Amino acid sequence: MYHAKVVVTLRRSILDPQGKAVEHGIHTLGHEAVENVRIGKMVEMHIDVASRDEAERIAKDAAGKLLANPVMEDFHVTVEKVG
Amino acid sequence: MKRVRFGVIVFPGSNCDHDAHHVAGAILGQEARFIWHKEGSIGDVDVVIVPGGFSYGDYLRCGAIARFSPVMQDVVRFAKRGGLVIGICNGFQILTEAALLPGVLLRNASLRFSCKDVQLRVERTDLPWTNRCTTGEVLRVPIAHGEGNFFAEAETIKRIEGNGQVLFRYAEPDGRLTEASNPNGSINNIAGIVNEQGNVLGLMPHPERASDPALGNTDGRKIFDSLVAAVLSTHAGALVAPAERN
Repeated sequence: MYHAKVVVTLRRSILDPQGKAVEHGIHTLGHEAVENVRIGKMVEMHIDVASRDEAERIAKDAAGKLLANPVMEDFHVTVEKVG
Repeated sequence: MKRVRFGVIVFPGSNCDHDAHHVAGAILGQEARFIWHKEGSIGDVDVVIVPGGFSYGDYLRCGAIARFSPVMQDVVRFAKRGGLVIGICNGFQILTEAALLPGVLLRNASLRFSCKDVQLRVERTDLPWTNRCTTGEVLRVPIAHGEGNFFAEAETIKRIEGNGQVLFRYAEPDGRLTEASNPNGSINNIAGIVNEQGNVLGLMPHPERASDPALGNTDGRKIFDSLVAAVLSTHAGALVAPAERN
């Protein structure tokens, strides 16, 4: 069994107004050093296959076809063995 | 007399399906039927309406899950054969997710859900959607969305502009394109686009909410009247030959 995490973020070329709003919030906390705040989403899943490669292939397929829209988003997949 | 057969797709979370059905049936006097998202076939229809709402709760991304529903596979087949498909609001988002239309609808630049009347400038009148309009005509139609900020890569924008695929732009009442008239930050004030063939339209504003005289504004009806005229004319009737449909 593998545990996969897919992190989806807006592509760098796209303005992230939500990230901007949160950045303002962080600045009002007094952390002026913070910049480039980007909001994304994290999807985790268990994948019951025998090999890590197979788990990664499945997670990447799901990420590329459903979890992220390549017109506006990038994704990053990490896989680790569990159980 | 032949009547135009409208099919209105219903997803869990659709909420403009009855409005669209009401306009097609009660207002236009045409045939209208609902098509549940689990249907594998849309049946015999002339026009498919993918209505507004929050299909599948807008989970993951607007329109992302609806795209995989059984009925959408047949809508895609229908569109690829030249069938007329109009996606309104969430329907527009679904059509971009299904890759029937280019680009994507991002969060409104304001980050706020926006619900108000906007002005739409009609850019073309040689398509089934706007043959009852005049070029440059301005229609007043309401919007109601949080993700209507049309975006595509610069190259894609260049292509769709070059092809004349932009059918509606947010404009001032006199037709000028201004930042103030753009309610969501869309590139080039884009409110509605068609595919290269012109048989698939997606738009964020709601013409079905501006078609019943009881609501005080019937500007949106011009789009539906255009559709009916197009389907009933022999030219548009040939868009999808009956033999190809089965």
